[in-house]
Amino acid sequence: LVSCFTVGQHNGLQHLRCDLHRLDEGPSVQTVLTREDGLRYYRTMQTMRRMELKADQLYKQKIIRGFCHLYDGQEACAVGIEAGISPTDHLITAYRSHGYTYTRGVSVKEIMAELTGRSGGVAKGKGGSMHMYAKNFYGGNGIVGAQVPLGAGVALACQYQGKNEVCVTLYGDGAANQGQIFESFNMAALWKLPCIFICENNKYGMGTSVERASASTDYYKRGDYIPGLRVDGMDVLSVREATRFAADYCRSGKGPILMELQTYRYHGHSMSDPGVSYRTREEIQEIRSKSDPITMLKDCMISRNMASLEEIKDIDATVRKEIEEAAQFATSDPEPPLEDLCKHIFYNDAPLEVRGTHPWMRLKSIS
Amino acid sequence: YSSSDISDHISVTVRDALNQALDEELERDERVFLLGEEVAQYDGAYKVSRGLWKKYGDKRIIDTPITEMGFAGIAVGAAMAGLRPICEFMTFNFSMQAIDQVINSAAKTYYMSAGLQPVPIVFRGPNGASAGVAAQHSQCFAAWYGHCPGLKVVSPWSAEDAKGLLKSAIRDDNPVVFLENELMYGVPFEMSEEAQSKDFLLPIGKAKIERQGNHVTLVSHSRMVSLCLDAAAVLAKEGIECEVINMRTIRPLDAEAIETSVMKTNHLITVEGGWPQFGVGAEILARIMEGPAFNFLDAPAVRVTGVDIPMPYAKILEDNSIPQIKDIIFSVKKTLNV
Repeated sequence: LVSCFTVGQHNGLQHLRCDLHRLDEGPSVQTVLTREDGLRYYRTMQTMRRMELKADQLYKQKIIRGFCHLYDGQEACAVGIEAGISPTDHLITAYRSHGYTYTRGVSVKEIMAELTGRSGGVAKGKGGSMHMYAKNFYGGNGIVGAQVPLGAGVALACQYQGKNEVCVTLYGDGAANQGQIFESFNMAALWKLPCIFICENNKYGMGTSVERASASTDYYKRGDYIPGLRVDGMDVLSVREATRFAADYCRSGKGPILMELQTYRYHGHSMSDPGVSYRTREEIQEIRSKSDPITMLKDCMISRNMASLEEIKDIDATVRKEIEEAAQFATSDPEPPLEDLCKHIFYNDAPLEVRGTHPWMRLKSIS
Repeated sequence: YSSSDISDHISVTVRDALNQALDEELERDERVFLLGEEVAQYDGAYKVSRGLWKKYGDKRIIDTPITEMGFAGIAVGAAMAGLRPICEFMTFNFSMQAIDQVINSAAKTYYMSAGLQPVPIVFRGPNGASAGVAAQHSQCFAAWYGHCPGLKVVSPWSAEDAKGLLKSAIRDDNPVVFLENELMYGVPFEMSEEAQSKDFLLPIGKAKIERQGNHVTLVSHSRMVSLCLDAAAVLAKEGIECEVINMRTIRPLDAEAIETSVMKTNHLITVEGGWPQFGVGAEILARIMEGPAFNFLDAPAVRVTGVDIPMPYAKILEDNSIPQIKDIIFSVKKTLNV
């Protein structure tokens, strides 16, 4: 087996070239993929994929309730971004966040138990699908667009504290028209905040296609005075290279940069959306068969003799087992105790009395 | 009168007390910084941050563009990532543009994350009616913010309140909405030696009895405390002794202090500048109904509030849109049936 190879134009792969806005140079069109990295990216993407499909199952069994926005199809974005930054960098995203929760270090077990609302969930069952957090990961945010100023604020803290860290701030094609995003662009550019704004363009904001929502669908140009690049979000290496480029740009003190990742979600907007009233099944099938990020990486590695089919199958089996065990935990772990109801209102505070549903119910909040 | 030697008291305006609090906390903790419109080079729209930019520079005192939703969100993000921002709204009327960041990003996050993500931030600025600024610039937001779990809401009256409570707010690890009052900025108060110290803190969530009395309890916050004390002085000449409670904090509300007082005086009147419906007074009255003090009431508790209209401009109309001393006196006499 080959231990690494260089991916580039001479191999006939056009993936790595990006469209540029206000940039003379873009990310390198050549990159090296090591066997170790390749297998890790494969395993991570496969884990995310199977985790989301398991969530789909559990939702249909009514074991997961409320909102559930699945990420399958977009795996190369989360994995590529994480490969391009360090764990000491920061990241914030919107509600389609299970993938990022995983790449930012939360176990599948804790993610699934949060979805099922159990005490073993990363937020002890109090947050749910859209409100999971970890070190240097600020969620999971439910209000469309609100996470973008937050991300710029994290970047301000990075600059203020002088540790050469950057903040990756994600939003979707639907959120891209939010006024507060333009407010964030302005301040980030003005103050040269180390913020990588990333628009994950999966072509639909809920049921509204990009053409029906945006006067300009060149999301990578919408930062105007902020340089931008448009990247193939289905190719994990393209995403990685672009992210490395963007992170270098920010760390050099030049200010913010904007990346548009062109990607696709197989599921509807959420579990309550079949996802076929505003797009065709043919379109979904076409992407699945021609541009699936996991299949593409697998084929790439096998065709170049970097991994064997047996190895891949082994990884698949291991992942399947991990997901099954996590689902087992998520369905058997108890719900949070009622004593938790009023906890975590304030941090570092004396116990507080909390009014219950009637005057005789006097609850206590312990921080 | 204070029992200590009055010669160590000095006269300090509310504005200067706030300025001192900001200065002391900026000096004490380098994670603290101030951002908002005109806070730096303009010295603050109402001069509350006078001199701070000169002393601390661009890194700690940040002028923002006129983009409330954006800079409030940036402030919250900075708090999540380890800093301790003070986000100024030029007036709280403009906070409506940013209210999603205050409530959904700041107030709820510690709970939603089950304790993983605290948000140590202060949102401050002038609140409520001013003079001649008309409807869009005169709203009181005490009830709106006071409604939400996860927030602390503070409403100082005196210079001592302003300093001690702002310092506590900045040191608090939770989101605090700090409601100042433009008409109070220039009002001087005696400040004790203790209050002048750099470590002077007042606890959030504890009311103060500004004047003791046996006949009726007047509960108020911010500028209306002045009116209550003025009304009490007039009533005292007729032999009616009012107990005036300065709430200091809207949320968490010091219901116990109010109940203790009502159990002594048997009469309650709340006084606020904001609108009546679903307001601060409405909450206090509901709690009294539901608590131990109800049985001690000799008359229904009532509220004195702003008139239920958008604030008009013409002086005669504006003057009659908010409680006047005569309204408090009238209500006291009605309640006491004299």
